[in-house]
Amino acid sequence: MKILKLFLIIFFILPVNNLKADNEALKSKITKNLRCLVCQGQSVYDSDSEFANSLKIVVDNKINEGLSEKQIYSYFQSKYGDWILYDPLFNKNTYFLWLLPLLIFFLGGAIILKNFKKLD
Amino acid sequence: MKNKFLPFSIIAIFVIIFIILYKGLQETNIYIPESKSNKEVPSLIVKLFDTNQTVNTIEIFKSDKLYLLNIWSSWCVPCREEHPILMELKKNEKLKVVGMNYKDTKKNAKNFLEELGNPYDKIIFDNKGTNAIEWGAYGVPESFLIINNKIIKKYIGPLNKKSFEEIELYTK
Repeated sequence: MKILKLFLIIFFILPVNNLKADNEALKSKITKNLRCLVCQGQSVYDSDSEFANSLKIVVDNKINEGLSEKQIYSYFQSKYGDWILYDPLFNKNTYFLWLLPLLIFFLGGAIILKNFKKLD
Repeated sequence: MKNKFLPFSIIAIFVIIFIILYKGLQETNIYIPESKSNKEVPSLIVKLFDTNQTVNTIEIFKSDKLYLLNIWSSWCVPCREEHPILMELKKNEKLKVVGMNYKDTKKNAKNFLEELGNPYDKIIFDNKGTNAIEWGAYGVPESFLIINNKIIKKYIGPLNKKSFEEIELYTK
């Protein structure tokens, strides 16, 4: 009987703890990608300002509400603009930013390839 | 033909890079939030300061009057500075001033209002600061001008004579 009780306790506690640990990891991942707008060069995760502390609570609430990482980013983006994200989302304002390195890479590749062909 | 094109394009690239960097030097790298906006009032369930009643924010700002939502706190020094302006705005019948008490204790907030006067029609109690985040606020003091459930302007930092005149102009 005792073993059964112990087993049940472990069975019920373990998954909850795992879930909480997952949430904590997600929370720190999200807060590390959010810029503390009232501090200088700090993420929300690093900062202890009033603004950052409130933001951490909001992130926690949003995770508990079941929002995904991306949904949470777009939520903050809608409130504070692109500047709040260290890693900007792919949208019409950031197409250029994301695609330019790729474009330059292919252009460079094409030039190199052309020169190689010439050498042959 | 090809030899002529190469030096020209290199010079052109350098000139473009120079212009971009030179322009970048003149721009400030301090982040300035946008003051104009056209966002809707966020729909939130909030607690009222006096009665502890819970209401939806949309109900608070539902009439077609002009509203000024002011985020304040008793521990915030610039809030004391702007308080006389809020008291002055209270006199304007076309405007309703709504307060949001930010990360404060009720006792301190009450003392603050008793000392300096209460300009607020209603006060939202935000002891965790999460409501302010939903509004897209940065800290205290901050004010939002609202009409027809839309935020039309943000005042970050204490209100001054210039912002007072601007708000008065909106009521005319």
